[in-house]
Amino acid sequence: MSEQADKLELTPDSFKRVGANDTDAQEKISAPSLTFFQDAIRRLKQNKAAIISFWLLAIIILISIVSIWWTPSDPNAQHVAYANLPPKIGNGIPGFTGQANVGGQLVDKYAQANVPKGTYYILGTDYLGRDLFSRLMKGIALSLLIGMLATLFDLMIGVPYGIISGWRGGHTDTIMQRIIEIISSIPNLVVVILMLLLFTPGLGSIVVAMGITGWITMARLIRAETLTLKTQEYVLAARTIGESPFKIATKHLIPNLSSTIIIQTMFSIPTAIFFEAFLSFIGIGIPAPNASLGTLLSDGQKTFRFLPYQMWYPAAAISIIMIAFNLLADGLRDAFDPKTNN
Amino acid sequence: MSATNSDRPRKKLVQVQHLKQYFNPGKPNEVKAIDDISFDIYEGETFGLVGESGSGKSTTGRSIIRLYNPTSGKILFDGQDISRIKHRDMLEFRREMQMIFQDPYASLNPRMKVKDIIAEGLDVHHLVKNDQERDARVNELLNLVGLSRDHATRYPHEFSGGQRQRIGIARALAVQPRFIIADEPISALDVSIQAQVVNLLREIQQEQNLTYLFIAHDLSMVKYISDRIAVMHNGRLMELAAADEVYNHPLHPYTKSLLSAVPRPDPMYERSRHRTDYDDSIEFDNHPRTLQEIVPGHFVFAAADELADYQATAEKYLHEASALGKSPLNA
Amino acid sequence: MEKILDVKNLQINFATFAGQVQAIRDVSFHLNKGETLAIVGESGSGKSVTVRSIMGLLANNAHIVGGEIDFKDQDILSMTDRQIENLRGNDISMIFQDPMTSLDPTMPIGKQVAEPLLIHGQMNKAAAMARAEEVLELVGITNAKNRMKDYPHQFSGGQRQRVVIAMAIVNYPEILIADEPTTALDVTIQAQIIDLMKDLQRKIDTSIIFITHDLGVVAGIADRVAVMYAGKIVEYGTVDEIFYDPKHPYTWGLLNSMPTLDTHSEKLYAIPGTPPNLLDPPDGDAFAPRNPYALAIDHEAMPPFFKVTNTHYAATWLLHPDAPSIEPPAAIQQRQQLYRDLIASGQIGTFPQKETDKNVSN
Repeated sequence: MSEQADKLELTPDSFKRVGANDTDAQEKISAPSLTFFQDAIRRLKQNKAAIISFWLLAIIILISIVSIWWTPSDPNAQHVAYANLPPKIGNGIPGFTGQANVGGQLVDKYAQANVPKGTYYILGTDYLGRDLFSRLMKGIALSLLIGMLATLFDLMIGVPYGIISGWRGGHTDTIMQRIIEIISSIPNLVVVILMLLLFTPGLGSIVVAMGITGWITMARLIRAETLTLKTQEYVLAARTIGESPFKIATKHLIPNLSSTIIIQTMFSIPTAIFFEAFLSFIGIGIPAPNASLGTLLSDGQKTFRFLPYQMWYPAAAISIIMIAFNLLADGLRDAFDPKTNN
Repeated sequence: MSATNSDRPRKKLVQVQHLKQYFNPGKPNEVKAIDDISFDIYEGETFGLVGESGSGKSTTGRSIIRLYNPTSGKILFDGQDISRIKHRDMLEFRREMQMIFQDPYASLNPRMKVKDIIAEGLDVHHLVKNDQERDARVNELLNLVGLSRDHATRYPHEFSGGQRQRIGIARALAVQPRFIIADEPISALDVSIQAQVVNLLREIQQEQNLTYLFIAHDLSMVKYISDRIAVMHNGRLMELAAADEVYNHPLHPYTKSLLSAVPRPDPMYERSRHRTDYDDSIEFDNHPRTLQEIVPGHFVFAAADELADYQATAEKYLHEASALGKSPLNA
Repeated sequence: MEKILDVKNLQINFATFAGQVQAIRDVSFHLNKGETLAIVGESGSGKSVTVRSIMGLLANNAHIVGGEIDFKDQDILSMTDRQIENLRGNDISMIFQDPMTSLDPTMPIGKQVAEPLLIHGQMNKAAAMARAEEVLELVGITNAKNRMKDYPHQFSGGQRQRVVIAMAIVNYPEILIADEPTTALDVTIQAQIIDLMKDLQRKIDTSIIFITHDLGVVAGIADRVAVMYAGKIVEYGTVDEIFYDPKHPYTWGLLNSMPTLDTHSEKLYAIPGTPPNLLDPPDGDAFAPRNPYALAIDHEAMPPFFKVTNTHYAATWLLHPDAPSIEPPAAIQQRQQLYRDLIASGQIGTFPQKETDKNVSN
């Protein structure tokens, strides 16, 4: 240290008393202002798996939006002559050549079925000659629709239910929690089967079943979070200022619950998608001829040994969707709540 | 701080009468957080409420500002009983009394901009007509607590603890209250920042003629800021007197033990410090106790047969300078 | 005096999104055998980080840029994880701030106190439990034998902190590091714990590093004091020197801004402003922007340590021979006057080596 002191040029001016800096200058905050969300997104961007999942989902959502108006061919149109054609893309990519292994020999199925030149089925056709690619697009779109409805129930029923139960406390809370326990004690499957007695199988009964049970996890999480939030001093401050309970919910509770809401939604979407696929697979979900990931899988597994592509592609689609949602949800949780990660 | 014993009879702004606050009343897990306490707070004074954790001091503050519904007793604010009011009356009352909280990190909503935090009261009570007026008032309040208009659009996490506490003060002042409850406002702050906040509170008090209830466990700070002090223990008031009186002439053994435990930044005093422990079993001898005036303005929680003893001690104090070892720093 | 721990030029950075936070900037101090060294500082001054580095308990994003920590001539920073674990179990232990989170709620306290002995395989179970009981008695848990089977929630806050202390001293460590051990406690309990620690130091002959922000507590427990600000030690000396003859304006400010039970002034002295951002610490004395006594050079160059006595050093340009003489605040002058009186009357030991001329030292 003494060396450093020697090197310094000390003039009489150096020892002039100048005092402290201006206080206002010290209070100044120079860093750019980042909101909580901007900060969370910055953390999310560090998570490669979550970002890849995000873009994958974005592409999948885009494709299913397109499928509402356009598919390569009518997904429900049958061409019995063109049944069970393997995948074919024009330029002969291996696996997409339109050839099948019959008795140890490669056979051009398209030529056998006299498919006109220039007509390809990218993912092949099923046993009724329906274009699998178009059916897959429709199936994914339907799955995502189910996911959206699940979100809707979470937000419309789960969130307000949880907030009211947690905020009111006391007897209201006790009663509301008993109701939740009763509902959650009935298995989903039983509810759907009961629905089949009232309605025809289809989207309607799946949606009603989800509407009865799907929001429960969300409600429970939100209630627990509300219980902690309501003792926070900023909520007490709002009460002493005279803010009404409704305003406290919208101004203070919901913004601070938003990360829980987003994360839980991200987990309940794949659960709902899987639920629908499961119901359709066992035959009490979406009725024929409509396509869903569950019916595609169900059809595919019947011929899996001979025509594996009919099951591979829908199975891959559902796996990717599930994994992508889960990874994104994990990434969001870490980004919004960095404490749980350490 | 105004003199405590002025000749003019002073107006009682807050009167707490036999306040009880029980949690889970009638159940096995009943907690008597406040067990029959009475005191008055005069207009313009700072009333210090000291106690250890679990003494009920914070509950007292929260009951007075009606974050809780009192189990029984009365709370008179400016002569009006506010212990049972609801709805419209409550909204009116919310403008008169405000609170400053302990934890500068938990008392500001992290998702709101500073200006919206401060303006919350302005919005609720419709105190401003338009956005320009709202911004002007927010800037005025920021200036008052030593922050600038640049800070208005930032979020709480960008501020230090001391700055956040000042934002909390600005929020409380927005509705122009007459009475402020400061619930351990400095205990979470660093020493060098505590003094800033305490000075600010005193300045504002003088400018706006505010009345404070200052709740704390830090006895030196309470002694410094308060005109009168009440010592609380197990939900009851043990002693109530002018600040200097409590410190120089403590009567109740609990107060004495509390004072003897306060550490002082003075090694010589610390070496000679004599700590006295308080044994609270003396409270459970089934003698009915109430707050009794021993000498004018000095109350002690005592049974009838203890009065003579306390009076004798008080008498003795008149002849001594102080009972406690004085710091050589101020000898 | 024998140095048991010697920290030399320690520098620690934390990697954050915004950049490298220079939490510890060239900190050197030592601990003598059998003494209590208090490190005082505000939050963010680096006092906790310093002692955590001694225990090898730094967060993942911390990295040690330079320096060494010698425990009995062995550098802790170059030890393997195994060696550090051994050190933690046997030679150095730590008491944390919150007694509730330091104890496992699902384990009886006797077992928890004995655990360090069992982990390091020094004793069989019966011997370890006997030692645990002995230590619990030592920290003032009455009826220790029967209470060994109780769980943490069956103890009051003060008793829990006693149990935490028992856990820390069960090995009779050579160094006991206490990180704000009384901050979460009430004053009466705090006084008891401080008395207990002083008592224990005599009984088990350990050296203590006591971290706190409370100057009152420091005055009661410390033999020597180091004052930290913005990741640096700004002044150190014996407890009398720091409290009665402080030289650094930051120490003045700290002492001055605390009201004592005897303070009556209309306005408290408040250090203006807030501590600097350690992402980009100032070139000069980090305290200069808040220092009403700052010299021009304080804003430009980091002051070296100037020697006041053999035991007392302060890093402020005010001690440079060319510096103008500055009157400290009145309350500090009062302390200095008292110090002279106390030395004159023989109530405080003087230091024969005391030099009046100001020297630049290490």
